[in-house]
Amino acid sequence: MNQALNSKRITLGEGGLTVVFALTALLCVYAAINALDSAFAFHTALGAAVSFWAVFAIITRYRGRSALPPQEIDGRPNYNFGPVKFCSFMAMFWGIAGFTVGLLIASQLAFPALNFDLQWTSFGRLRPLHTSAVVFAFGGNVLLATSFYVVQKTSRARLAGDLAPWVVAIGYNFFILIAGTGYLLGVTQSKEYAEPEWYSDLLLTVVWVTYLLVFLATLMKRKEPHIFVANWFYLAFIITIAVLHLGNNPAVPVSFLGSKSYIAWGGVQDAMFQWWYGHNAVGFFLTAGFLAIMYYFIPKRAERPIYSYRLSIIHFWALIFLYIWAGPHHLHYTALPDWTQTLGMTFSIMLWMPSWGGMINGLMTLSGAWDKLRTDPVLRMMVVSVAFYGMSTFEGPMMSIKVVNSLSHYTDWTIGHVHSGALGWVGFVSFGALYCLVPWVWNRKQLYSLRLVNWHFWIATLGIVLYISAMWVSGILQGLMWRAYTSLGFLEYSFIETVEAMHPFYIIRAAGGGLFLIGSLIMAYNLWMTVRVGETSEAQPRVALQAAE
Amino acid sequence: MADIDIDKHTGTATTGHEWDGIKELNTPLPRWWILTFYACIIWAVGYWFVYPSWPLAQSYLPGLMGYSSRANVAVELSKLEAIRGDKMVALATAPLADIEKDPALLALARAKGKVVFGDNCAACHGSGATGAKGFPNLNDDDWLWGGTLDQIMQTIQFGARSGNDKGHEGQMLAFGQSGTLTKDQIVTVANYVRSLSGLSTRQGVDLAAGKTIFTENCTVCHGDNAKGNQELGAPNLTDKIWLYGSDEATIIETVTNGRAGVMPAWTDRLDLATIKAMAVYVHSLGGGK
Repeated sequence: MNQALNSKRITLGEGGLTVVFALTALLCVYAAINALDSAFAFHTALGAAVSFWAVFAIITRYRGRSALPPQEIDGRPNYNFGPVKFCSFMAMFWGIAGFTVGLLIASQLAFPALNFDLQWTSFGRLRPLHTSAVVFAFGGNVLLATSFYVVQKTSRARLAGDLAPWVVAIGYNFFILIAGTGYLLGVTQSKEYAEPEWYSDLLLTVVWVTYLLVFLATLMKRKEPHIFVANWFYLAFIITIAVLHLGNNPAVPVSFLGSKSYIAWGGVQDAMFQWWYGHNAVGFFLTAGFLAIMYYFIPKRAERPIYSYRLSIIHFWALIFLYIWAGPHHLHYTALPDWTQTLGMTFSIMLWMPSWGGMINGLMTLSGAWDKLRTDPVLRMMVVSVAFYGMSTFEGPMMSIKVVNSLSHYTDWTIGHVHSGALGWVGFVSFGALYCLVPWVWNRKQLYSLRLVNWHFWIATLGIVLYISAMWVSGILQGLMWRAYTSLGFLEYSFIETVEAMHPFYIIRAAGGGLFLIGSLIMAYNLWMTVRVGETSEAQPRVALQAAE
Repeated sequence: MADIDIDKHTGTATTGHEWDGIKELNTPLPRWWILTFYACIIWAVGYWFVYPSWPLAQSYLPGLMGYSSRANVAVELSKLEAIRGDKMVALATAPLADIEKDPALLALARAKGKVVFGDNCAACHGSGATGAKGFPNLNDDDWLWGGTLDQIMQTIQFGARSGNDKGHEGQMLAFGQSGTLTKDQIVTVANYVRSLSGLSTRQGVDLAAGKTIFTENCTVCHGDNAKGNQELGAPNLTDKIWLYGSDEATIIETVTNGRAGVMPAWTDRLDLATIKAMAVYVHSLGGGK
């Protein structure tokens, strides 16, 4: 590879993408002018603006550049950290946005007046905004940033593609923008965690396939003989999300010039597809993807070898194979046939140990480095995240048991379970990874302040404990109130009485969420200051860390 | 497989691979982990034999227990039928007045009425039926449209200003908006109305003039003695019970803009037995006549 010697030529990617974006822009302009509803007009106008900008940006870059960036400099890989930086920044941005909306809707449940009697700020529109912002916008950008970083470092190869990684990073965030503004405007196909309408789904499909290709191509040119365990998990996450997205979203638009569409599936089959998707979005997006983060950042930060290679292989394949079957446990005691419910439940139970394999490997990697938990709050954050992972992957199979589920289903217990995973596991492991990643990719010696990380850790931990314990109590109380019967077979409590009983717990929950948000603001300040005033690390490409003695 | 070395802390060999400084130990699978995993698998396979599980071409493996959630619902429903079956029929057919005479029927009607009230009425009247601004308290003995069993039944069935042909009509007129009364006259009559319940009145207001205004405009509906008229849903203004509030500003607002709160008609949404149960329940709350 000696691109450095290449004379300046327009690449196929530059030329091709310019044409594609120019055509997309024209198509969007046509659609915006002829749109049947104002939301579609707004979104296609945004699409036109971004496409025009992309054409402009590609041409400007071409005119400004000499040769393409080399694959290697002085025999060392010339890593491409631009998209990593962009996605890290966007993760922090969307995280704060998503936590803020979460706090608002939690407060709305306690004090409904906070709906403000406006359609755009009603609970029904803000709730998907919250879930998508934290899962797909925050979590998604963390996954993009870390996967682009980890696959390069553990393959000793520059990220494949010249413009493609940027198409993924910017395209994905544009998808988030379209989806999020759509929710506020009332554009939704009403499938939980899959609310975006047909045109957003198409956009995501293109972006995701590009992501897969970039990731695979980088793996294929790796300089290491074997593929690192984190990359197995990233690859499983990317491929399965593609399959889930395509399986759950086939829809027929009412018009190609309007936002509304109808899902191809119907009845209980639609419900089954929905929860096959919904459960595995948790399994492959929030579990497999973030286990990949754990497998790189914990050993790296602890400076210890991974506890067990054999366990990583066995639990990886067991997890991948078993997770995909567990979706029906979301539909216990519904029109779903009994046999399907049985399979969903039993596969969830079998999933318990494969899930815990990740926890064991994460925690036991610390053996020989436990003392670091006292001094390194970043490592502590990631280790606590693994503990939360272990707790919620025990709670999950337990809640899938039909007897337990008959109490927990539809109650706040489910919300508590989700948040012990989301705040404790996904949130903390992401924070830990970003605390590591930002100094590395911005070439800083260290974080601006470890004391602030410590504050973040304790404030957010207190927030999580308040959140999940409030939801456990209210969920179980709610379940017991719903199932209480009088001797004549009538319900003991009316629905509104159960709502009244939830009120104090909703306030505690909102307080916990508020603490979690405050923690993330401290983090954003800390990272911002790290980039702004942090001392530059003089050892140019990071020297590989030695295993601790 | 180069570079296999022994980790000093654990004494375990590495696999010999290294990525960006990260090595892996070749630790065997934890015994408790693999045994628990096997146990879960064995339990799951056993469960498949006991409960309905794998799909077949035309049906599914039914399991040894003959479990069926649909059959379980039928069992539960038949238990319910055994508890209250005949009495539900009696409730539907018995004349309203007879329900309260039969203790068993009364207990059933009140139990059912409470549940139905919680699901349908509590949103406006409150779960304790204590009411809210504009929504009457149903525990007291002050009734807009009458507090006998039949009158309560009538109101629940057809509502007030509900759009149903048989619903109660009549509303508080907007004396200010229509120009019937001036602002000063409204302040005067509002203070007079307050005086009827013994509430303080604003200094300098001529209560005699207020009485004149009241006689000329209000007694048509509220009656000569201001004790109201249940035919028209006109509230008693002397009993210190206020639907919208007793402060001067609220009364002025009521006289100026009028009031026409809506009670929906439930006859199309709930069956007769349910409405009867609800009428008995409301009647039993304390204020029934």
